[in-house]
Amino acid sequence: MGISFGYVLALSGIVVVLGMICAVARRNLIMILLGVEVMLNGAAIAFIGAALRWQHLEGQAFVLFIIAIAAAEVSLGLALIVYLYHRTGSLDPQDYKALR
Amino acid sequence: MTLFNILFFAIAALIVASTGIAITRRNLVHAVIYLIFGFFGSAFLFYLFGSPFLAALMVIVYAGAIMILFLFIIMMLRVESPEESLFPPPQILPAVLFATAYGVIGGLLLVNDPSAAVALVEARTEPAEFGKYIFTQSWLAVEITSLLLLVAIIGALLVGKRPVKESEE
Repeated sequence: MGISFGYVLALSGIVVVLGMICAVARRNLIMILLGVEVMLNGAAIAFIGAALRWQHLEGQAFVLFIIAIAAAEVSLGLALIVYLYHRTGSLDPQDYKALR
Repeated sequence: MTLFNILFFAIAALIVASTGIAITRRNLVHAVIYLIFGFFGSAFLFYLFGSPFLAALMVIVYAGAIMILFLFIIMMLRVESPEESLFPPPQILPAVLFATAYGVIGGLLLVNDPSAAVALVEARTEPAEFGKYIFTQSWLAVEITSLLLLVAIIGALLVGKRPVKESEE
């Protein structure tokens, strides 16, 4: 029995769902950002599997851009988190009710 | 079972286990360390799937830079596990519901896939070949990505500067 592309897709789906649960259910901004990172990682796994499945380099090129976008997103996200923490003294998204 | 299959299943179990442990940790530092192990597993998987350059990049950028940046911020802010319940029921219930629904439907889709019997063939991309492909076929995307990184740098600088200015006033 050989590994088919379906196994890779299942793995990437599990990783994306774990990241989604982390991003949706945790009540801490840093854990939410970590969940987004895990989801991007799952997408990268699917792309690299597709690159192997069709023997084409486009999938690997896309993983390079996913890594670059993750770096940009995390730098900006963490800057925003530090700003919010200095502003409100809390990392719980339910504490941000300045507009209420 | 060839060595390729055994390696794939071992790495998959590693990734899922360390990610699953990471997202249930109450201590943020522990979560980040477990996630670093998960990203190392992804790097192994990239190497197994024939792209050593991306495996190295995964270790250097994801595990090395991004996760260490998280560690810096956690230690700088000195957050002491502010959440009372790890997964509050009104938030976890819809997440689990949708995850199960998508899991079941996705699993059925994969079972129904007509090309499911096609086994993956091992291949290897040399970094030089990959670089040539990147800079000839998708040079525009490279330029756009560099522009995006520049915008992120400027944005992070601006956002990081503002609270200091307000406290001085």
